[in-house]
Amino acid sequence: MGFEEIAHTADWALRVWADDLERLFAEAAQGMNALSGARLARGPRTRRTLSLSAPDAESLLVAFLSELVYAAEQEQLAFTSFQVRTLERSDGWTLEAEMEGAPILSINKSIKAVTYHNLQTRQTARGYEVEIVFDV
Amino acid sequence: MIRLQDMKRITPYEWEIPQSFRADMRVPVRIFATQELLEQIMDDKSLEQAVNAATLPGLVGRVVIMPDMHQGYGFPIGAVAATEFPQGVVSPGGIGYDINCGVRLLASDIEYEAALPYLDALATLLNNYCPSGVGVEGVVRVNIPELERILREGSRWALKNDYATETDLARTEESGCLEGANPAKVSDRAKKRGHEQIGSVGAGNHFVEVDVVEAVLDPGPASVLGLRQGYLAVQIHCGSRGLGHQVCTDYVQELQAAVRRYGIELPDRELVCAPMDSPEGQAYLGAMRAAANFAFANRQILAHSARRAFEQVFAGKLKGWELRQVYDIAHNMGKIETHEVNGERLKVCVHRKGATRAFGPGAPGLPPEYQKTGQPVLVPGSMGTASWVLVGTATSMERSFGSSCHGAGRTMSRAKAKREIRGENLRKKLEEQGIKVRAGSMPGLAEEAPQAYKDVDAVVETVSAAGIARKVARLRPVAVIKG
Repeated sequence: MGFEEIAHTADWALRVWADDLERLFAEAAQGMNALSGARLARGPRTRRTLSLSAPDAESLLVAFLSELVYAAEQEQLAFTSFQVRTLERSDGWTLEAEMEGAPILSINKSIKAVTYHNLQTRQTARGYEVEIVFDV
Repeated sequence: MIRLQDMKRITPYEWEIPQSFRADMRVPVRIFATQELLEQIMDDKSLEQAVNAATLPGLVGRVVIMPDMHQGYGFPIGAVAATEFPQGVVSPGGIGYDINCGVRLLASDIEYEAALPYLDALATLLNNYCPSGVGVEGVVRVNIPELERILREGSRWALKNDYATETDLARTEESGCLEGANPAKVSDRAKKRGHEQIGSVGAGNHFVEVDVVEAVLDPGPASVLGLRQGYLAVQIHCGSRGLGHQVCTDYVQELQAAVRRYGIELPDRELVCAPMDSPEGQAYLGAMRAAANFAFANRQILAHSARRAFEQVFAGKLKGWELRQVYDIAHNMGKIETHEVNGERLKVCVHRKGATRAFGPGAPGLPPEYQKTGQPVLVPGSMGTASWVLVGTATSMERSFGSSCHGAGRTMSRAKAKREIRGENLRKKLEEQGIKVRAGSMPGLAEEAPQAYKDVDAVVETVSAAGIARKVARLRPVAVIKG
C-alpha cells in the first residue's frame, strides 16, 4: 500500500497502489493530503460519513476525492483516517466512507480538481493500482 | 510516441501531424514552433494529447498548437480546436478547470525611475488589496442571488457597482460578459465555492505584477494601446477560482454518461464532450459562460483594487497614477465564432485551452481604437524574465482560428522545481534583480521559478515569425504578488 509522485510538466500526478479497491481509495486520499501539505489542528477530531454512487470505479474515485477537495477549500477540513466500503451493483458502484479529520491550519498547495486523464484502476502484482492527475 | 519524422515541416515555424498518423484522428494537428521548441515539446506527452484532441466529433480545419505548449490532462495546454456549431461537440476538458483564466493589462503614466522609492510600499499595498493564496476569500462577498447576477452579467455587474468604467468594459474580450450564461446550470456547490472568492487572485501560477515597459517594438500600436517605454504597467493573471473548478468538475463527471448516450468514442475520458445542440451540451455551455462571467468580474474587481493601491501610494506624490485598461483576454474558454475553413464561412465553437484569442485588424467586437491595430494579445512570461504585448493579425484569422500563444509554457515539473530551487533563495535573487516579491508560500514560489519555464522570447519570436501575432512591447517585472 502506498503512493508516489510521477512526473507531470504542469500539474501533479500520483501513482497509488493497495491490496484492494477500498484501501486504494483511502491511500489515494492520503496521497492527495501529502501533495497539498495540509497542517492540521490538534484536538477533537471531526467525523463524517460519505455516501456516493457512480457508474464505474474510476468515476467513484474522482467523486470521492472531489468531495475531499471541496471539504478542504470550503470547510478548511482535511480527513486523514478512512474506512471505505465499495460495492459493485448492476447499475454502477456505491461507496460508503467513515472519515476522521481535523481543521486545516495551513496548506501549501491548493488542488483545484481531480481529473479523469488516463484514469484506469488496474490489477497488478501490487494489487490494485491507479495513476491520478490533479489540476493545481 | 511521436517522432520528428512523423511530422511534416511546413515552414521553419510550422509543422503538421497528418490526419493519417492515427486512424481515429478527424483532423490534422498543426504546430507553431521552431525545431528547438518542438524538441522541447516532445520531452513530455503533450503531442500525444494533441493527437487525442484531434479525435473529437465535429472538428473542422485542424487542431492548432502554440509554441508554449506543454502537457496537460485531456487537451494539452496551448491548444486550439474548433468544432462545427451546433452539431459538433463542446468539451469541458478542452476548456479546462479554470474557466476564463486570463490576463488583464493596465497602463500608467508613472515613470519607473520616479516610482523606485515607492515600489516597496506599492508591492505591500497590492498584496493587501489583492488577496492571493490557497482558498483565500476575495475583497467582495456577495449572497447567492447577487452571485447569480454576477454570473449573468460579468463585468457589467462590476460597472453597476462602481468597480469598472465603460472603457474597461469596451477593452475586455466580449466586453466582459458572455451572452447565454445560465446560472441555473451552475451547481449549488460551485456557487458556494464562488460567493466568497470574488476579487481574489488564487494560487499556483496566478499573480498580480507591476511591470515597466522595457522596450517598444512597434511604436504605432504601442501608442494606441497607451504603452510608453520606461513607464509602469500592471498585469493581473487569474480566473474563475473555485467556482470555475467546480463547474468543470461537475460537467466532466456528468458528461461521462453523455458520451455513452451519444456513442462517442474517446481515447481519454478527460476529453468527455457532448453535442452543442444536446441538452447536456447546452447545460455545460450555459454554466461555462456563467463561470467565464465570474472570472471577468473577478479580474475587474482586482483591477479596482490595484487602482486603489496606486492612488494610495502615488496620489499627491507623482502624476499619472490613474491606471488605464489596455485589454483583458481569456486563455481558457470556449466561444462561438465565425471562421473561414477550407474556403467556407463556418460558425464554430473555438476551444482555447492555454491559448489567447488574437483577432486581427477589423475583427468584430474590437473597440474602435483597436480596429486598425488588431486585438491586444497579452503573453505573461515567468516572474523573473519578461512579458509581451502583441497584437493579432489577419494571418492569425486564417491560420489559427484567430489565436496565439498564452505564456512562456512550463518545461520543468513542479516536483522537480521544488526539489531543485529553494523559494527563499529565489526570492533573494529576484530582489537582487530589483523585483519586489510578496509571496504567500515559498515552496509555491519555487514551483513558479523562471527556470521552470521556456524562454518566453523564443515563444514570442515564433508566433511573430509565423505571422499569427505582431510584437508591440516587452514588459519587465518590478513587483510580483503571488499566493
